Amino acid sequence: MKSHTPKATPHVTQNEALIFERSHPGRTGYSLPPLDVDETPLDELVPVEFRRDDGLEGLPEVSETDVVRHFTRISTWNYSVDLGMYPLGSCTMKYNSRLNEKVARIGGFANLHPLASDTDAQGALELLYELQEHLAEITGLPGVSLQPAAGAHGEMTGIMIVRHFLDARDGQAEKGAPRRDVMLIPDSAHGTNPASANLSGFKVKTVKSTPEGLTDLDVLRALCAEGDIAGLMLTNPNTLGLFERNIKEICGIIHDAGGLVYMDGANMNALVGVARPGDMGVDVIHLNLHKTFSTPHGGGGPGSGPCCCTKELEPFLPTPRVVKNGGGEGDTYKLDFDRPQTIGRVKAFHGNFGMAVRALSYILTHGRDGLREATEAAVLNARYIAEGLKDDYDKPFDSPPMHEVVFTDKRQARKGVHTLDIAKRLIDYGFHPMTIYFPLIVGGAMLIEPTESVGRAEIDQFIYAMKQIAREAQEDSDYVLNAPHTTRIGRLDEAAAARKPVLRWKPQEQASAA
Amino acid sequence: MANVPEKLHYSKDHEWVRVEGETGTVGITDHAQHALGDVVYVELPKVGDKFEAHEAFGSVESVKAVSELFSPVSGVVTEVNESLQDEPEKVNTDPYGEAWMIRIRVGSAGEVDGLLSSAEYEDYLKAETE
Repeated sequence: MKSHTPKATPHVTQNEALIFERSHPGRTGYSLPPLDVDETPLDELVPVEFRRDDGLEGLPEVSETDVVRHFTRISTWNYSVDLGMYPLGSCTMKYNSRLNEKVARIGGFANLHPLASDTDAQGALELLYELQEHLAEITGLPGVSLQPAAGAHGEMTGIMIVRHFLDARDGQAEKGAPRRDVMLIPDSAHGTNPASANLSGFKVKTVKSTPEGLTDLDVLRALCAEGDIAGLMLTNPNTLGLFERNIKEICGIIHDAGGLVYMDGANMNALVGVARPGDMGVDVIHLNLHKTFSTPHGGGGPGSGPCCCTKELEPFLPTPRVVKNGGGEGDTYKLDFDRPQTIGRVKAFHGNFGMAVRALSYILTHGRDGLREATEAAVLNARYIAEGLKDDYDKPFDSPPMHEVVFTDKRQARKGVHTLDIAKRLIDYGFHPMTIYFPLIVGGAMLIEPTESVGRAEIDQFIYAMKQIAREAQEDSDYVLNAPHTTRIGRLDEAAAARKPVLRWKPQEQASAA
Repeated sequence: MANVPEKLHYSKDHEWVRVEGETGTVGITDHAQHALGDVVYVELPKVGDKFEAHEAFGSVESVKAVSELFSPVSGVVTEVNESLQDEPEKVNTDPYGEAWMIRIRVGSAGEVDGLLSSAEYEDYLKAETE
């Protein structure tokens, strides 16, 4: 005989009802004492035209324990870098150390008022100055602003600096003469690059990649010959994980055409401590502290996207700048607002200060040798995966990758198994999927970036999982096509979700009537 | 194998154009919709907008990515397929019919000469997938 034991609440590994579905009429999370003053008529407090009249229909009526248990349960469903490898290509999902968090919580940093005077904030200003100095040394670009709030914001700051510099140099700002307005962007670029250029008033021209996945110098020269070149936005290593080995020549071509070179620093995890963009001829770059310098990335953020530039561009950096006054009684620090050529402020206060604290903590705990070692490990890990999977997956570019490697679904596609299916099946093996369908110039792309935060054993497990999936695709493709199998909810209909999104919960009767 | 109807002209960007008199009707090919996957949104220009050949006239968003649409010929937009706003899935089900995207008054009759015939486009697809 089968016995059914109804559970009071589902086990945490089972699915969880929406908070709306936990609602019971009349249930509350508070208990108020009887009113011991005269009641003020509601009309005196909120005029009737500003009040809703549906009795807050649909809002969940729940107790405090309902709320705490519901959100605690779903909080355990998150996948994070604290749980395992997170190989999203171009995202550098590295470990966020506990030490960084501890340092960021020191009261003097965490509780400092953002409007405190310079004299009351010497420690915080010194920290910002020190971080600027380290980032200048790491990039080989002496001018640094920590204001931008994230990568795309740093990009836009850099591009605005290019605009202001060109106008000042060419003397066109006052005369209203035509301005250089062409920004060259490789077809492998991050989507934010053309967006930043477009927002800043530039016309985008695309530079095609060679079959080897690098910037085509002949195309670049031809585009430069068309004139009006303001600059080039280049990611190096590029989004295919390949180092642009002609970078010096590329910079030379752009400079000869009168433009500047902006480098997207999203992939700096392949270069820190080994090679410096400033030495390659780059004029301005943004960094992602939430990628390369281990501050939290994604929902945990916020991000931070410092902008670093050459001495020539420094006068245009956002204000206020953090500067040091060498004095008789030791160094002091202050905010300098007196920069007539600045593009102005791009963020309230001093950017996301807590991220500056974490990034400096990361840099100082690693030191020069440690940073270099982290870079070498990140590249070695990606190359190990490249080598480990090249017999099972199509690898469109022969040259050894830097910190990330791109594969395609070409071999599996013959059995009807595509990149999306492989990514879904990877979830069953306990891994967060890699970046899929990016870069756009590679059909069915799978972009894998292990970072330096994973050890050999875990990478071997990842390679094993990917090899198994390749085998399953050949032997039992349906099983891969229907993955994931071990999750609470199976394959979602992403097309239906995008075409007919249900953006809020509705009571049952409303939902079925609609 | 992708469906490639005769009598249409094709671009290497995977758009097709059907020319009747002065008017060219433009859409994306069966190969393109297949490569994109489920289409969830189509962004189209306004009537009266003017485009050069190979200029981007809109974009199509699938569950995988957003891709630009390139006009195979130059001209002025005379009509836009508004129904794709509500039913972008037509791009997957009927790329050469109900999912036409724009009608355009073609700049000059000779323009289609630079485009591919159905046979040439089929060869182009073969070469691209090998």
